[in-house]
Amino acid sequence: MKEYRTITQVAGPLIFVEKTEPVGYEELVNIVLADGTEKRGQVLDTSDEIVVIQVFETTTGIGRDAGVRFTGETIKMPVGKDMLGRILSGAGKPKDGGPEIVPEKRLDINGAAINPWARGTPRQFIQTGISTIDVTNTLVRGQKLPIFSGSGLPHNEIALQIARQAKVPGSDEAFAVVFAAMGITKEEENQFMADFERTGALEHAIVFLNLADDPAVERIITPRLALTTAEYLAFELNYHVLVILTDMTNYCEALRQIGAAREEVPGRRGYPGYMYTDLASLYERAGMIKGKAGSVTQLSILTMPGDDITHPIPDLSGYITEGQIVVNRELHRKGIYPPINVLPSLSRLMGLGIGAGFTREDHKKVSDQMYAGYAEGVDLRGLVAIVGKDALSDRDKGFLEFADLFEQSFVRQGHDEDRTIQESLDLGWKLLAHMPEEQLSRIDRDTIQKYHPKYRKSGA
Amino acid sequence: MEVSKKGILKRIAGPVVTAINLDAHMYDVVRVGNEQLMGEVIKIKGENIIIQVYEDTSGIRPGEPVENTGLSLAVELGPGLLTSIYDGIQRPLEVLVEKMGDFIERGVSAPGLDHEKKWEFKPLKSAGDEISGGMIIGEVQETNIVHKIMVPPFTAPTKISEIKSGSFTIDEIVCVLENGDEIRMVQKWPVRVPRPVTEKLNPDIPLITGLRILDGLFPVAKGGTAAIPGPFGSGKTVTQQSLAKWSDAEIVVYIGCGERGNEMTEVLTEFPELEDPKTGKPLMERTVLIANTSNMPVAAREASVYTGITIAEYFRDMGYDVSLMADSTSRWAEAMREISSRLEEMPGEEGYPAYLAARLSEFYERAGRVNTLNKDFGSVTVIGAVSPPGGDFSEPVTQNTLRIVKCFWALDAKLSQRRHFPAINWLDSYSLYLNSLGSYYDENVSPEWNPLRSWAMEVLQKEAELQEIVQLVGSDALPDAEQVTIEVARMLREIFLQQNAYDAVDTYCSLEKQLDMLKAIRLYSDLAGSAQKVGVMTQQIVSLKAKNDLPQIKFISDYKPELEQIRSNMESEFAKLREAA
Repeated sequence: MKEYRTITQVAGPLIFVEKTEPVGYEELVNIVLADGTEKRGQVLDTSDEIVVIQVFETTTGIGRDAGVRFTGETIKMPVGKDMLGRILSGAGKPKDGGPEIVPEKRLDINGAAINPWARGTPRQFIQTGISTIDVTNTLVRGQKLPIFSGSGLPHNEIALQIARQAKVPGSDEAFAVVFAAMGITKEEENQFMADFERTGALEHAIVFLNLADDPAVERIITPRLALTTAEYLAFELNYHVLVILTDMTNYCEALRQIGAAREEVPGRRGYPGYMYTDLASLYERAGMIKGKAGSVTQLSILTMPGDDITHPIPDLSGYITEGQIVVNRELHRKGIYPPINVLPSLSRLMGLGIGAGFTREDHKKVSDQMYAGYAEGVDLRGLVAIVGKDALSDRDKGFLEFADLFEQSFVRQGHDEDRTIQESLDLGWKLLAHMPEEQLSRIDRDTIQKYHPKYRKSGA
Repeated sequence: MEVSKKGILKRIAGPVVTAINLDAHMYDVVRVGNEQLMGEVIKIKGENIIIQVYEDTSGIRPGEPVENTGLSLAVELGPGLLTSIYDGIQRPLEVLVEKMGDFIERGVSAPGLDHEKKWEFKPLKSAGDEISGGMIIGEVQETNIVHKIMVPPFTAPTKISEIKSGSFTIDEIVCVLENGDEIRMVQKWPVRVPRPVTEKLNPDIPLITGLRILDGLFPVAKGGTAAIPGPFGSGKTVTQQSLAKWSDAEIVVYIGCGERGNEMTEVLTEFPELEDPKTGKPLMERTVLIANTSNMPVAAREASVYTGITIAEYFRDMGYDVSLMADSTSRWAEAMREISSRLEEMPGEEGYPAYLAARLSEFYERAGRVNTLNKDFGSVTVIGAVSPPGGDFSEPVTQNTLRIVKCFWALDAKLSQRRHFPAINWLDSYSLYLNSLGSYYDENVSPEWNPLRSWAMEVLQKEAELQEIVQLVGSDALPDAEQVTIEVARMLREIFLQQNAYDAVDTYCSLEKQLDMLKAIRLYSDLAGSAQKVGVMTQQIVSLKAKNDLPQIKFISDYKPELEQIRSNMESEFAKLREAA
């Protein structure tokens, strides 16, 4: 392999090389420093005059004396079944002192788009054991559902609880967790790893770790390595894979950093104009394929800067993902765990995976009714602050009470409390029974007759 | 430097590449690199020819060949379009799965139509008949839709010298003209050029959607334009899909432009199962789908909107009413922005190219109700979803769209959070077609329609004002008459405006049922008014039992007996209240 010593410029994570032979776009590059250390990079722009390379590690130590080798292929990673139980770095190198991965296959980390025609419909209900997800924002296999959180909120606990408890009721198919951390602190890493070890989850997990002090540019490839692994497990080895990506905000910061180094025209808040397309190339790598048993379900975590849901990162994510679970600071302050605010939360694929034959026939109606009741109750809190509780009509007082009950007994649950969907739905009915029956306008009479505790008692 | 049809690549940076030594014109389709990826010339700068590539460019090197086909980006039009699902450049996704498996690889071309399949061609003209561009010469039963075979639009007036009948592939000659032209069932048309018509007409027939808030309050005309802007999670896609399912267009073109893969799959599995309420046939039989999901190449996303509208215009030219849903035009605009920034063009607002407004208006202007070249009436209604960042309607794509479209259906995250669907805000939305459609309702539905609509809007408007007071002092402090207004408005919102897209009955509501529902609410309002005059307590009026059954009407298909019962219950209950007072 020919080595070039024609670096003309080093700027941030980028190096510019001239007078090369034709180099392929997105080709993998090895950079050899004067002291013999090797770094890796990728071609961002190629022409017969100059080649721009993005270096995955820091550019510290790279000078005009460094040698550049073009490998002639795009970035591929070795994948194999023995990856289960392994801990790898953000660049895919073993981090647990174990041996190198024995490749069964080498796959392009950028993947390819699943042909929409080949996609299977995601409709298998995943029970997370958390009522606010199972009943009101149901997760299904093959869905991408992010957790929108803020700094200092317990999103990691929620993600871990989901990873621990997620199951498809009545199914014992092979499952795996692929965990990719981007720019998380050592402390957070310890929290995740301790939980994985405590619950024995590690044996069916693959962990990719890019920590806060690892090179930012490496974060660009970490999620791609994780998703390539997940696709391999799902579509070649028939695993049901849950991919946890945390924290997407750090990923987007890295994207912005590279954009700035390339002197690109920035979009909103300095993030590159192609951030939507770039995020889509990650988030869309979830789903099922017709005729294949496995699935890739994505649970990504992102912290909203300043709790602002209109910030470009949550905003663009929300336009791509199939809903979002929003973690709320106010509920957290009230001491409610998990502090999930169901009002801005949403699961777009919920309709496919619930109802008769999936969860229970009354699921959708119970969910809608609780949403409507809680929304009205929360609105009324604003009014109470102005006019006082006494000025409210009885109807309004009922909603107000419902909102409190909803938060205290439906939202609130223990870290290890694993509620079945039946338990969660029945709990929902118990709360709805506090409202006058004629206020249950989202539920038809037959369903009320069948499930309302009032009738059930008399029937039993 | 010498140029030829074959040039060489000079630079590759993402989906935009530069070639030299290439003889090219703007928007020529070129084949890029050893793998012959499809691309289109988008800029010429000295000897540098700048090309957007419709497929992934990784691994492509400078020095690889580029070949100019000399053609513009065109779609194949002919029998076989219906029930198809294409990517942004009209490659059938089903064929791509056969050719390259479950994932989209590159360098594979696939024709838009099946060239092997034989169709039964039935001539409608005979030898010696006068003919000119755009006229219909025969037909093919494609699905339950009859596919009209037309002479290419710019054919000069001449006569038919020979016309056949029987079974043909789309490439076989079915008709020969006296000027020597041979007519086949397939036509090619460049996507960026609107197809010609005799004249554009004023839209004065409503597109009936079965959605109460749209038909009842903010109707769109056949051949009109509408925009649905809203933040994520407010129900754009569900609304678009409802429209695609139930609107009374004869042909539906649905463009999933830069949207979610799983959602397209939902459309793909659902449409063949759903029945067209008018014909009882699967909805898919009248549908063409274009799916270029967010992770498919960005340049093909840019093209998908043009591919879709050209197919829509083609069916319009046969005399059909076509509705085109584009979900989402913001992703299309973002594709333009991405390509533009790779070209290092001077950006306009928020990084969008300065020609954003022009492109949007060119696109929406291709909608319209027309007199076709065959002197039939046809229409293309364009309904574009807009996804404003952060739900902020002041951003450039929303604003430039609003300047063009005549219907604005503002989705509201607040409404969707309380599960009020469709989450279309009745105060912010508008339709400029009300005047031109007014006489249609008078003649075809009922003379009561227009006054009832105005009444409903008035009540809702009044409620909004009253709610401001309620927020300050509570509802008990309102005068009696206004408490009733609030109750009537609540009924309008919860009974009339809310509609369950997932309920088998409520998902589509006929104009007659809409009218009956409005009349029932109006009846309550009138009875309440007269009861108040004789001194009935507001509390009794508001808690009238009979009206609690009204919401159930939505879920009953044969609703008339039940509604009649409710009406008479309301009357007798009010009569009792009046007597007691």
